[in-house]
Amino acid sequence: MMNQISPENSTAIGFDLSEPATLRIVLSGPWILRNRLPSTALVMEQLDTRRGLQSVSFDSSGITVWDTGLLVFLSRLLQHCTERNLTVDRSSLPEGVRALLNLAAAVPEVGQSSAPGHRAGTLEHIGNFTLQSGVGLRHGLKFTGEVILSFIRLLRGKAQFRPADLFLIIEQTGPNALPVVSLVSYLVGLILAYMGAAQLERVGAEIYIADLVAIGMVREIAALMTGVIMAGRTGAAFAAEIGTMNVNEEIDAFRILGISVIDFLVMPRVLALVLMIPLLTLYSGLVGIAAGMTVAVLVFDFSMFEYYQQTIRALDLTQFGVGLFKGTAYGVVVALSGCLRGLQCGRSAQAVGQATTSAVVTGIVYIVVVASAITIVFYKLDI
Amino acid sequence: MNRGDIFIIMGGSGCGKTTLLRHMIGLNRPQQGYIHFGECNYWQSDEPQQAAVKRRFGVMFQGGALWSSLTLAENVGLPLHEYTDLNPEEIEAVVSFKLALVGLAGYEDFYPAQLSGGMKKRASLARAIALDPEILFFDEPGSGLDPFSAKRLDDLILELRDSLGMTIIVVSHEPASILTIGNNSVFLDDEKRTIIESGNPSILLKQAAEPKVRAFLNRGEYEHTG
Repeated sequence: MMNQISPENSTAIGFDLSEPATLRIVLSGPWILRNRLPSTALVMEQLDTRRGLQSVSFDSSGITVWDTGLLVFLSRLLQHCTERNLTVDRSSLPEGVRALLNLAAAVPEVGQSSAPGHRAGTLEHIGNFTLQSGVGLRHGLKFTGEVILSFIRLLRGKAQFRPADLFLIIEQTGPNALPVVSLVSYLVGLILAYMGAAQLERVGAEIYIADLVAIGMVREIAALMTGVIMAGRTGAAFAAEIGTMNVNEEIDAFRILGISVIDFLVMPRVLALVLMIPLLTLYSGLVGIAAGMTVAVLVFDFSMFEYYQQTIRALDLTQFGVGLFKGTAYGVVVALSGCLRGLQCGRSAQAVGQATTSAVVTGIVYIVVVASAITIVFYKLDI
Repeated sequence: MNRGDIFIIMGGSGCGKTTLLRHMIGLNRPQQGYIHFGECNYWQSDEPQQAAVKRRFGVMFQGGALWSSLTLAENVGLPLHEYTDLNPEEIEAVVSFKLALVGLAGYEDFYPAQLSGGMKKRASLARAIALDPEILFFDEPGSGLDPFSAKRLDDLILELRDSLGMTIIVVSHEPASILTIGNNSVFLDDEKRTIIESGNPSILLKQAAEPKVRAFLNRGEYEHTG
């Protein structure tokens, strides 16, 4: 007796039921993946409904061509037979099929217990976040302490890094950043001038655009904008560079050789940024003032000399000092964030991306925190 | 190369084995010469033809080249999603079987970063054979593996050729593996910048005209005469 499930000229399964205790599965046609293969459910139904069934055998003489399609079909079928304690006679399957099925079964499936983590619930997420925040803060403080110790070693002439590295990083963080700092500072200066003019015009005090732009740029905005640009540009670059070194085991190589990663990689980056960011802040402030002058001269008909005189009257060394102090503080924060995230980077391309993003976010968040703290302190000190 | 060959491209470090492989798989355009797959002259073909040829082969890169943001199941399943009409359940079944074939049953939800070097290589092989390619390329399959893992990979290469009739091209500089699996080969010389020997590696071990080739297959030991 023979049950044919599919047409004869395509992939087909038949069942030979001549022996009551044995189900002989007859396979024929092309058993290849790109054809829609018969569902194993048809066969499993036969296995589940036949009473007294003890074994399964195959007739594969009608198979014209096969690939993974047949292997996957048989693999699922054999698993079902094992679960039902049915004996399977594979002797009439093609030799290659038997070999590959044996190979697939040679290594037992890894236990679920060793599979990666389960889906955490909301409470678990909150708990994990709290614990990780504590760990993150501790790591951050430890890292800052290590950098301070490294700086002390540097002052004593004991820190080891190549001066060539420092000069290269100075070039990357300073001169190479001038175009973007120029553009952003000029546009921010323009915005500040227009925004101030709109208000000052009402009381006929347009000349104070110069005071507004000069004090605003030099004391606050130049440092803030330079810090944010450095976070997006240099902090991200530090994280990506050190993160990639971590992926390539270069950081491990430093550690194995007993070379301080902080001295060799972090210190030149921190130094470069701390040396360059005050200059960039000063430059940004001057570009912003130039932008304000453009608006005052071209739109509000002031002479360049008038604007210059008003700017000189508005500014004093304290304003510059405050701006440069803030800029330097932001530079330290950005450099530390970038290097810390790079060192904490995992060992994959994805982890480098995450470290880079995290460096930028951390840098900007801490810039704002530091800016707030400094502003409050300076207000209390009446600076 | 003939269908069903396990063809070895061998030679010392820096002789251009991987460069040759990259030309063969269409990643680099050759400055001279041509590459034929059957009737198709690869670099003379248009893009759709090249894409059709590429679909006929699978590649296992030296470092595995698994996509780090995807799980193993997604790594192996992506070619099936792209090039077949299988539904997600069928793809899942194929992926599980391919992973089982390379000894990684149950690792579907793992990410590459959670695997050892040998496991990454095997997962990469599972991805390479996802579409049952006619031609399979291996770049240094045994490098960085322990002897057991390397032997298992060699057995798998032989099994894929014997069972599925694949043509397999292997870049290697490991004599033990070359002599175990290869039935045809070329030896690239880094000084002459060309092929200096070709043939069955086991025969080359004894009869190669170039002493350098015999020494290479003899793990660097030159024969002592007299």
